[in-house]
Amino acid sequence: MTERLAVDVAIIGGGTAACAAAVALREVGLTVAVLEKRLCGAGASGVNFGGVRQQGRHLDELPLARRARALWDDLNQRLGEDVEFEATGHIKLARSEADMAELERYAERARQHGLELTLLGANAVRDELPWIGPQVVGASLSPSDGQANPRVVGPAYARLARKRGAEIREFAPVHRAISTGAGFETEADGVTVTSRWLVNAAGAGAGVVASWFGERAPVASLMPNMLVTEPLPYFVPRSIGVCGGDVYVRQIRRGNVIFGGGHGWGDAELGLARPHSEESLGGMTRTVDIVPALATAHVIRMWSGLDGEMPDHIPVIGFSSTTRQLVHAFGFSGHGFQLGPVVGLIIAELIADGTTASPIAPFAIGRFAGWTGGTDASHGGIEH
Amino acid sequence: MADRTVVVIGAGPAGLRAAEALVRGGVRPILIDEAERPGGQIYRQPPPGATRPPSALYGLEAKKAIAVHAILARLGEAIDYRPRTLAWNVSAQRLDTLGPKGPDALDFDRLVIASGAMDRVLPFSGWTLPGVFTLGAAQIAVKAQGVSIGRRVAFVGAGPLLPLVVHQYAKAGAEIVAALDVTPFSAKLKNAPAMLAQAATLAKGLWYTLRNALAGVTIRSDVRAIGVEGEGRVRGLWWRDAAGAEHRVACDAVGASFGLKCETQLADLAGCAFTFDAVTRQWVPRRDAAGRSSVEGVYLAGDGAGIGGADVAELQGERVALTVLEDLGKRIDAARVAELDRKLARQARFRGALERAYPYPAHLLDDVADSEIVCRCEGITAGTLRAAASARDAHEMNRLKAFTRIGMGRCQGRVCGLAAAEVLSRTLGKEVAAVGRLRGNPPVKPIPVGGFP
Repeated sequence: MTERLAVDVAIIGGGTAACAAAVALREVGLTVAVLEKRLCGAGASGVNFGGVRQQGRHLDELPLARRARALWDDLNQRLGEDVEFEATGHIKLARSEADMAELERYAERARQHGLELTLLGANAVRDELPWIGPQVVGASLSPSDGQANPRVVGPAYARLARKRGAEIREFAPVHRAISTGAGFETEADGVTVTSRWLVNAAGAGAGVVASWFGERAPVASLMPNMLVTEPLPYFVPRSIGVCGGDVYVRQIRRGNVIFGGGHGWGDAELGLARPHSEESLGGMTRTVDIVPALATAHVIRMWSGLDGEMPDHIPVIGFSSTTRQLVHAFGFSGHGFQLGPVVGLIIAELIADGTTASPIAPFAIGRFAGWTGGTDASHGGIEH
Repeated sequence: MADRTVVVIGAGPAGLRAAEALVRGGVRPILIDEAERPGGQIYRQPPPGATRPPSALYGLEAKKAIAVHAILARLGEAIDYRPRTLAWNVSAQRLDTLGPKGPDALDFDRLVIASGAMDRVLPFSGWTLPGVFTLGAAQIAVKAQGVSIGRRVAFVGAGPLLPLVVHQYAKAGAEIVAALDVTPFSAKLKNAPAMLAQAATLAKGLWYTLRNALAGVTIRSDVRAIGVEGEGRVRGLWWRDAAGAEHRVACDAVGASFGLKCETQLADLAGCAFTFDAVTRQWVPRRDAAGRSSVEGVYLAGDGAGIGGADVAELQGERVALTVLEDLGKRIDAARVAELDRKLARQARFRGALERAYPYPAHLLDDVADSEIVCRCEGITAGTLRAAASARDAHEMNRLKAFTRIGMGRCQGRVCGLAAAEVLSRTLGKEVAAVGRLRGNPPVKPIPVGGFP
C-alpha cells in the first residue's frame, strides 16, 4: 500500500545539502519529507574525498564556501556527532612556473573575497612538507581549510532532521513529480507526497527531475576514483592538491592515506560507480611522484561514487525558471562536500524568506536554457 | 578459437583439475596462483628443500596430494602458469594481477574462479592475544614450516578440521592439553547415517578420532563458551561444558576457528549474484550445477563458492572446465559429464550431512562482551557495533561499515565481516541474512602504491 504524505516541502534526494535543508526548514516550522533512493548521505555526499576546501574554487563559489567554512567549526555540536573535521590547511602544489603564476593570480583574486592564501617558494614548501617530490616548485597554502569524514556527515544531518520531525523515506526512488497548480505531487517507491514546495537535490539524477518541469540541466555523471592505504605513521599534516587537479592526498589521524586517481566507471541509471584499475594505477604513479614515501605503502581499498557534473563545473542553486516554488540544488561537480551545510541553509532561506543573503545568481539554472551541447563528463582533473 | 583467453584463478585441487581438463580439451589456460608452489591450502607444499615426506605432511590424503601436485609438472608448457601472482580485481572482461614482474592486466574470454576458502573466525574472550591461531594456520605451520604453534597447545573447532589438526599435532609430537568441539555431539549422531554416503571419508574421520584417542587426546563436544586468558600472550584456556561446569587448562598456544569461509571477493567484483547459505550462514556466489555463475563468461569451482572440501573441489574443477569447453563450442565427453555429476551429487549428500553435523556455533555470539574486539584491523569492539546499530540507525552492513570502520582495514572484512553481521543481527533482532553483506572493493588483498613488490 502506498503511503501518502502531505507536507510543506518535499525534497528529492537525501544527500548532505538535502538533509541540512530538512533540518533548517523544520527549525522555521515547515513540514518536510525527504525522498532518498538508497540511504541518506551514502551517495556523493558519503563517498567523496572529504576535503573541506575553499582554495581553488571558482570565484563565484567562494562566498558560499566562506560562509560554509564558518559552519564547519560548530558542526560536531550541531550534529551531535564527531565528523572528524580538522582545519589542517590545504596546500596546492605547483609543478611548473606556469602553475606558480596561476597560484599567484588566484591568491590575489581570492583575497578580494576575504580568503587569505600564503604563497610558498620551493624551499618554503619543503619546510612544510620535507618529503615532497622533486618536481614541486612552489605552492599556495590555505591555512583555514581542512578535512572531515564524509561517511558520517550526511547521515548525521538525516538523523537530526528526523529528530526535528522531518519525514525521511529511504529506498524510495522518485519516479515522477508534477506541478498541480496548488503545489506538487511526487511519487516514489511506497510513498506519494503532496507539497507546496519541491526541492530538486537529486544529484546525478537531477537533470531528469528538471526535465519534468521543462528545464534544461545538462548533468553529466562524474565518478572520481579514490584509494586508501593501510595506516601509516602520521606524516601528511595538510590536505594536498595540485594545479591541474590530477593528484589529491590527505592523511587521517589514525594513519590511513587517502588519495585520488582519475575516474571510475559505472552506470548512472543504476546509481552504480566502481573504481577503475587502470585509473587507480595511474593515480598511484602520480601520487608517488608527489609523495615518494608512499611507494612501499599498501593500498587496501579503491572506490568510486556518483556525482552530477555541470558543463561549467559549478552547481545549479536557486529557483526554477519555469515553475513557481520549485528549488534546485545539484551539480556540485565533484566538490560539494564542503558546501553541503550552507546549501541546506540557502534552500531553507529561499523557501522560508523568498531570498538568501548568499550571492547565488551565477548558479541559476537559466544559464543552460539555450544549451545545445551534450552531457559528457569531463575526464580531466578533479580538484579536491 | 585457439586465441581465446581462458584464465583459471587458484592452483588448489579445483584450479589444477580445471587446468588439466582444459588442456585435454585443447585450450592453453593461464593459471594464476598466489602461492609459490601449487596445491592450494589443503595440499600446501613446504618450501623447496624441506625434507618432510608427503605421508608426514598430508596423512591419509598423501596420495591425493601427490597426484594433485603432479598435475602441474605433467602439464608443463601446455599451460601458462603464473605463481606468486595476486589477482586483485576483475571488472568486465579484465583481470588485474600483481606478480613478480609487477602489475599486469589480462583481457579474458572465460574466467574460472577457484579461490578456495579460509578459516572462519569468531570473536571470543581473548581471541586477539598473541599465541591464538586459526586451525588452518596451525596446520600450515606444521605442513609448510614443520613447526608447532606452541609447546602446550589447545585446539577449538566446529568442523571436521579439528580432529585432523589434533591428529597432525599429536603425530608431530606436540603436547595437546585440550581439544574442544563447540558443536553438539547429538548433531553428529543424527547425521551419521547420511554421512555414510561417503563411507570412506567418514571412516577417515573416525580413524583420526580413534588415533587421537590412542594418543590420549579426547575431543570434548558441546562446549558452550570459551575464553583465552593471559596478559600479552596466551597463558591458558577456559571453557564451559553443557552441564555448566567451567574448566581451565594452562597452555601457551591456542588453535581456534569455526568452519570455513568461502573466499568470494573476486566473484563479488566480477558482479556475480550471491545467495545466503542458511546452513553455513554465509553469502556465496550463485552457481549452477555446471559451474556457471550469474555472469556470462565467469565460472566457479571449489570452496570459493560453497564449502565442499578437496575431493569435491577436484570434481568441480574438472566439471567446470568441461562447461567452459562446451561454451567455447568444443565437443565434450557427455559420459564423463554424467559421471562427474553423479559423483558430485553423492558428495553433496555427504556434505549436507557433514554441515548439519557441525552446525554453525551461533551460541558463541550470543554474549560477546561489549569490550571484545570484532574487527582486528581497525580495533572495533562489539560495543561500538551495537551502539552504531541502536543510536545511529546502522541497520545493514555497509552502513555499519561507514559509521564504525568495521571491515575497512587490511582484510576488508574477509575476517570479521560475517561475525560483525551476526552481532548486528542480534542487536537489531533481525535475521542475519537481512542485514546484508559488505560490498566488495578492489584490491582483493593489499597492493603496494609503488606497484612493484
